[in-house]
Amino acid sequence: MQAYLKLDHIDKTFTRGNATTEVLKEINLTIDKGEYVSIIGHSGCGKSTLLNIVAGLTNCTTGCVLLENREVNSPGPDRAVVFQNHSLLPWLTVYENVRLGVDKVFASSKTRSERDAWVMHNLNLVQMAHAKDKRPSEISGGMKQRVGIARALAMEPKVLLLDEPFGALDALTRAHLQDSVMALHQKLGNTILMITHDVDEAVLLSDRIVMMTNGPSARIGEVLEVPLARPRKRLELATNPGYLKCRQRVLEFLYERHRFVEAA
Amino acid sequence: MNMPAFKTDAATAVATPAAASVAAPVVTMTPNRPPRAEKYVKMAKEAAVRVVPPLIVLVLLMVFWELVCRRAGSTLPPPSKVFKDTKELIFDPFFDRGGIDKGLFWHLSASLQRVALGYSLAAIVGVALGTLVGQSVWAMRGLDPLFQVLRTIPPLAWLPLALAAFRDGQPSAIFVIFITSIWPIIINTAVGIRNIPQDYRNVAAVVQLNPLEFFGKIMIPAAAPYIFTGLRIGIGLSWLAIIAAEMLIGGVGIGFFIWDAWNSSHISEIILALFYVGIIGFVLDRLIAGLGKIVTRGTSAG
Repeated sequence: MQAYLKLDHIDKTFTRGNATTEVLKEINLTIDKGEYVSIIGHSGCGKSTLLNIVAGLTNCTTGCVLLENREVNSPGPDRAVVFQNHSLLPWLTVYENVRLGVDKVFASSKTRSERDAWVMHNLNLVQMAHAKDKRPSEISGGMKQRVGIARALAMEPKVLLLDEPFGALDALTRAHLQDSVMALHQKLGNTILMITHDVDEAVLLSDRIVMMTNGPSARIGEVLEVPLARPRKRLELATNPGYLKCRQRVLEFLYERHRFVEAA
Repeated sequence: MNMPAFKTDAATAVATPAAASVAAPVVTMTPNRPPRAEKYVKMAKEAAVRVVPPLIVLVLLMVFWELVCRRAGSTLPPPSKVFKDTKELIFDPFFDRGGIDKGLFWHLSASLQRVALGYSLAAIVGVALGTLVGQSVWAMRGLDPLFQVLRTIPPLAWLPLALAAFRDGQPSAIFVIFITSIWPIIINTAVGIRNIPQDYRNVAAVVQLNPLEFFGKIMIPAAAPYIFTGLRIGIGLSWLAIIAAEMLIGGVGIGFFIWDAWNSSHISEIILALFYVGIIGFVLDRLIAGLGKIVTRGTSAG
């Protein structure tokens, strides 16, 4: 089977003056259509850099990203990003924030009223239609992130990139949003690549978990299949042996074999 | 058609006994009225707190001025004399006897027109140049040193050069306004553009906004608080410059009115004109500040 998204021998080095740091080394990963893949690792291991490379916001030093066998090296709506800090434009309303992307992506393929309906459809998907005329400063952190997700979904991306989307949220809001994302994945069948540092989140949401070694020169240390049936229920999984085993594997990787070494 | 009307009737009919039976909420509603009166009293109090102190200071200053300048041989007129001398100018600002013998309204409006023209040009060119300097490292390296030198040149130093170039007072005055107010606009815009968070640039990149859309939809709104700081400094400077420039170029305008009054020893008229200049400068500043507040609504808050 042909890979949908392929990360092919990706290296990334940052050069500042004379000093060069190798951040990522030999990253190879293939993701199938409709798959939910998480990348987990300690902070500073370059997982956000990797996501930015896939998004096209950063260029890799060698190697390439292939989406449907086509090289992608600049940002585009086919790889929409949900940013960690939501990145909504504060001077636009919730509706206008989503509309901004929709107007660009569907400029020629949808009429004005169709685009309007499409924006509302996506706001409805994340249950944010009620706040469409509010500005980002008037809604809560969880709501902002919902709008961020709606904005990304509305571009109908081939791959949805989530950059620690729940990192800045409190535990209860986070759980609620994770359920929403699971439901959306179930319903729309998106291909999703998510960056996270939360073991439970990775196991709960993913089909596969990519574990990264510590930087510099971070590699993919291990890839774990999560063989849990969908739809997954948070409460039932808490005692599910398969879930616990996956969780155990990830924890072992992160805290025994690749324990985070504090910078001296 | 009848059905909904009947329904609402029924609804109110049902609602009334319900409301009557639950007496407590109705009772709690009534105290809402006295607080409204209290609210007005509170508002009046707040206004008084704001208005009374400056009024007292003003009255005290007037009394002091009156006492100091009342003595015989005083070089400046006391407020009572200023009022007596300038009564005609105060109560009839619209007369026009041809030439420069016009009411204060015409002088002020001539000055304001020059400022409006010069300042608008400065705002447009300033934001455009500021964007260029903020966005492009090469433009900044090339232009910033030049700006830093040029902005220290006093406005009036430009006037002879402008007169030489335009050979007319009107465009020269407008040029002086332009060249005075443009620097803070350029510099603040550039800082605002440079400070646009990377997040917004990333969003624009993912959505694939073209440069023109990026300018209109991201840059200008994101940098608006900075731009308006520059615009506000600019309007203040241009009002400062126009008075001085008009003293030199002559014709109709509040600057020349002051100079003319000095030449004819009408000191009271100078004082009246200064009062108007101060008030208008204040209003211009508030105007730009208010406009900025409306435009940047939401931008500053994350």
